[in-house]
Amino acid sequence: MRAERELELRKAGDDASDASRVDGAVGTATPHDSAVLHVNGRATYTDDIPEPRGLLHAAFGVSTEAHARIRGMDLSRVEAAPGVVAVITASDVPGPNNYGAVIADDPILAEDEVVYAGQPVFAVAATTVDAARRAARLADIDYEPLEAILDPETALERESFVLPSTTLARGDADMAIANAPHRLTGTARVGGQDQFYLEGQISIAIPREGGDLFLYSSTQHPGEIQHSVAKALGLAQKDVTVECRRMGGAFGGKESQPALIACTAAILAQRTGRPVKLRLDRDADMIITGKRHDFVSHYEVGFDDTGRILGIRYNHASRCGASADLSGAVNDRAMFHSDNAYFLEHVAIDSHRCKTHTVSNTAFRGFGGPQGMFACEQVVDDIARHLGRDPLDVRRVNFYGTDSRNVTPYGQTIEDNIIAEIVDQLEASTDYRDRRREIEAWNAKSPVLKRGIALTPVKFGISFTATHLNQAGALVNVYTDGTVQLNHGGTEMGQGLFVKVAQVVAETLQIDLSRIRCTASDTSKVPNASATAASAGSDLNGMAARNAAEKIKRRLTGFAAQHYGCDEHEVRFDNNEVHVGGETLSFAELVHAAYMARVSLSAQGFYKTPKIDYDKTTLTGRPFYYFAYGAACTEVVIDTLTGENRMTRVDILHDCGRSLNPAVDLGQVEGGFIQGAGWLTTEELWWNPRGDLKTHAPATYKIPCASDLPPDFRVTLLESSENREDTIYKSKAVGEPPLMLGLSVFHAIRDAVAACSADPKHAPELEAPATPEHVLDAVMTARGDTRV
Amino acid sequence: MGDAVNPTLRFLHDGNIVEIDHAAPTRTVLQWLREDRMRCGTKEGCAEGDCGACMVVVASLNEEATTLDYRAINSCIQFLPTLHGKELITVENLSPAAGPLHPVQQALVDCHGSQCGFCTPGFVMTLFAMYKSGAPEARSDIDDALAGNLCRCTGYRPIIDAARRMVTLERPAGRHAQPHGAATSDEERSAIETLRALNDERSLHTESRKGTFAAPTDVDAFARLYAAEPHRRILAGGTDVGLWVTKDYRDIDDVLYIGNVEALRDIAVTDTVIDVGAAVTFTELMRVLLDDYPELTDLFRRWASPPIRNAATLGGNIANGSPIGDSMPALIALGTRVLLRHDHDTREIDLESLYIDYQVNDLQPGEFVKRIRIPRRRPDQLVASYKLSKRFDQDISAVCAAFSAQVEDGRTQHIRIAYGGVAGVPKRALATEAALIDKSFDEATVRAAMAVLDEDFSPLTDMRASADYRATATRNLLYRFFAEATGLGATDVYTYAR
Repeated sequence: MRAERELELRKAGDDASDASRVDGAVGTATPHDSAVLHVNGRATYTDDIPEPRGLLHAAFGVSTEAHARIRGMDLSRVEAAPGVVAVITASDVPGPNNYGAVIADDPILAEDEVVYAGQPVFAVAATTVDAARRAARLADIDYEPLEAILDPETALERESFVLPSTTLARGDADMAIANAPHRLTGTARVGGQDQFYLEGQISIAIPREGGDLFLYSSTQHPGEIQHSVAKALGLAQKDVTVECRRMGGAFGGKESQPALIACTAAILAQRTGRPVKLRLDRDADMIITGKRHDFVSHYEVGFDDTGRILGIRYNHASRCGASADLSGAVNDRAMFHSDNAYFLEHVAIDSHRCKTHTVSNTAFRGFGGPQGMFACEQVVDDIARHLGRDPLDVRRVNFYGTDSRNVTPYGQTIEDNIIAEIVDQLEASTDYRDRRREIEAWNAKSPVLKRGIALTPVKFGISFTATHLNQAGALVNVYTDGTVQLNHGGTEMGQGLFVKVAQVVAETLQIDLSRIRCTASDTSKVPNASATAASAGSDLNGMAARNAAEKIKRRLTGFAAQHYGCDEHEVRFDNNEVHVGGETLSFAELVHAAYMARVSLSAQGFYKTPKIDYDKTTLTGRPFYYFAYGAACTEVVIDTLTGENRMTRVDILHDCGRSLNPAVDLGQVEGGFIQGAGWLTTEELWWNPRGDLKTHAPATYKIPCASDLPPDFRVTLLESSENREDTIYKSKAVGEPPLMLGLSVFHAIRDAVAACSADPKHAPELEAPATPEHVLDAVMTARGDTRV
Repeated sequence: MGDAVNPTLRFLHDGNIVEIDHAAPTRTVLQWLREDRMRCGTKEGCAEGDCGACMVVVASLNEEATTLDYRAINSCIQFLPTLHGKELITVENLSPAAGPLHPVQQALVDCHGSQCGFCTPGFVMTLFAMYKSGAPEARSDIDDALAGNLCRCTGYRPIIDAARRMVTLERPAGRHAQPHGAATSDEERSAIETLRALNDERSLHTESRKGTFAAPTDVDAFARLYAAEPHRRILAGGTDVGLWVTKDYRDIDDVLYIGNVEALRDIAVTDTVIDVGAAVTFTELMRVLLDDYPELTDLFRRWASPPIRNAATLGGNIANGSPIGDSMPALIALGTRVLLRHDHDTREIDLESLYIDYQVNDLQPGEFVKRIRIPRRRPDQLVASYKLSKRFDQDISAVCAAFSAQVEDGRTQHIRIAYGGVAGVPKRALATEAALIDKSFDEATVRAAMAVLDEDFSPLTDMRASADYRATATRNLLYRFFAEATGLGATDVYTYAR
């Protein structure tokens, strides 16, 4: 037993010591823009919006079969159920029956075949939520069952794919492996993960006039909802407007998936002429919408005596589910991150995008990167155990160099590599070596409990790999009292994007943050915006907003210079005031004067990420503008009787560049780590042999709760760091990278399992998530026990 | 006293008495708030009491009707008529829209405790209940208090910080901002008076198009009504029955609520027995039971979460008889007996004999669990209970094991072992007990008995664990009991990591 330790946390830049700075300037630990509304219950989520007159509520009727032909459908009981106003099937979709974002293989409602258990087959609109959901259970559907493929390995065997397999190769991997002094093969298995945003998927479609439609949608991508709804309804994009003020979490799960919800609500609204709300309950949400892909990765690696990798071949097979969705890009990113922070000179990465009769998997924080890195970290760990070396030493000999050994398998030269510095710092601050020795001695005397420790690095590429998505727009409106409405194409899902972008505008215009109101993401204000994804929200929208604010500032500067008869460079905006020659006036006064002089006080801003250039046919070039780095050191204890496991201490050092908001960034790092730890420990998706997902609510699917936060948790943002690229105020993206710090938890558990073996070179056969069952399995294998 | 009936549901909310004449029996508090009152601060996250986004606080009079107890509960599975005579407090009540924040709220803002904010009102209400009942400082106590709330964004660190910070902040005026231990304010006194008036002797009996809700206060009236109308669904804490409605869309027309029966809400401790009324909640039970059996602290702490324990009753858990209910293995191991009542008749049986087969029990139509009689601790009694699940807090057991033994001169003189999760019902390990009794309590005997556990149980595979894991863990938990009892040093990872 150990005494409880106070949480020790260091926050960079908590106070802006510079008194002349505006409130909420860039770099200050300003609270989330909605913090007060969150705590007083007055933040409006989509289901909280006052309901329009005549609102109907919708529900899906879903497939009970994993794979079947629909022989016939009798919906008469559904139609006759109390409160039912409309029932639609695939044939009622006015436009193409599809919401697939990339490839048209995602029917809104199933046609003659169902491809996963839970797939929407029809939808019903009724006067109450309860009436709709009850009616949806009354369908009589005659299925002819077909053979179902329920796991990626079977799919691989049968060559069942949603997209063609892809290979990324450099050098001669096979030759390098064959000639290496040491060779290993192995398999890394990692489970999927449900996003488990607390607010389920929801959309409200409201018919307005002349056939146009307004939608509220809980979505990371209002633009795509607009486009998908227009297509499904046979309307032009101009006829559909989509708004989203905030989401109650998203994590990638509201990137492509909300289109299904919005299209269905829209079709029912168009058909009935009444507003329609479709809100999935938790179980429907988890059954119908996609998750993180589970991966099975075989590897073959050749290495030298120090553990340096000479040649490596990966064979990734991922569960894409029943359709392509975003699986192409997810698997590409898995390939791009199969190096993590390591130089792989001779490398071949095969990627199979397996089609299974399970729900179509989609984006989730990290977007394939975590799975690629999961496989890579296992390779490095296995090498270390094979050589009897400390895994950290093997990690280090494989790190990318700064001047040489610095080109990724896809041909991008890494120009900002700081992984060695971060790992050195963390190794020192955690007393890693001493603790490892102490743990070994302790384990030798402890038969039941075993401890383990691991320090793992993260390198994560920032930018959408689909180059065209790396663009953003913003709209800044200044009103005559000197206050500002800020709008941009990004969406707020809790990550603090709105406050960060508002800080950028506050800094640019030199006005207090309280003078700026962030307004809902709205397709009528900023058109064609990309999804808020790929960690790129503040990079893209911050730049676009600064661009808009600077346009207005330039106009005000020009006006002021002219009006007060001075040079433009004598006009200075500073802390809510504007100094013009010898005069000082408030920002509001200048704005009002400019308005009277007919100066435009509204501007659109635009930004596109420079330097990126990537050929998706060859998978080479520069897909990423820059990389984000971090490292985590985790210590765990496991019970070898039961497989139960617990983190005892975690140290994290993460690079956010020059943070726009250290409080928000710290929140992303901590929250991302815990989410990654959940992915690799307690969160398990389980399908029964029929293909029904049986972990579809918090009773059965276990995300971390408060007691899962380690008792000793020390998180630090890398100090005096700045992005070497010219990003917004030299900050770095922080949404996804910290999730992969969770890999240290898995490897610490692996380390503890290894301590159970009499063979010091034993590489644990531990599958993720490291549930008690998987850990006990690995412990028994390590001990040479067999079960039952 | 007795049969006087009140057809109108009355409770206190927003400082006013809410009166509902034809309250539907299974409308949830959350539905009422969001749909009828357009009070949308309280959220639906799961509709099964597992995420806490719907958390509200219910204030009720203490036994002497002199003060208020503030308890966080999940409004998503709480039926509205159960609020009769109580006060409902929601997130909107803690601070005016434009006014100063409640210390709980301010602490969360200060600590950056919200990101997406959807879970936040639920955390606010859980923290508020802590604030009103004596906020703990130790990390593990804070964890326990927060076990019923899920947050997917923050990783909890700032929320735990806020739980410590809230009691240090300045308190604005108003009743709710006065913490545990503060003098009773006039405002609170007036709430107490109002609740006293609402809690007259009459039993609530509502009638609506959706069915009836009968909530007798008298145990004889309760027994009579159930014997006469055995089709009625007994509702206790509703933490399972609630899900029949919110998840399975089952119609429950006529509810018989046990929670207001005075005579079933007490715990009587004698020299030999802890005699627990069926309507006693887990929160109340723990206060008494753990004095005798501190070894069961972790088990009960891990029994669901505080809001569920605030609502759920021991009688409900026992009558429900789920094979994965966590209280039964321990109670069976302790030799608990249950008192059953049908109209005027009562009978007492061993708890384990209540369970016949999966979802089949020995209760006859119109018969109900009246009291639960748990033996007092014997000197030298060894007691342990272990729960295995994917997550430490608020998870359902893959395997739950309980042991009670007495070892004299190295020999096992008494042994009772019960498991949950490895058979269709919570069940004793009779063959294993036979392999241990009257034998030397040593490693060889225990290892031999571990093999016998396979005769007692044939577990199944499901989403919580495979049959293989359950079988192995079932054996290993017996070994853990032995190792702990004999001081071989085994402890569990949770204790170690605390």
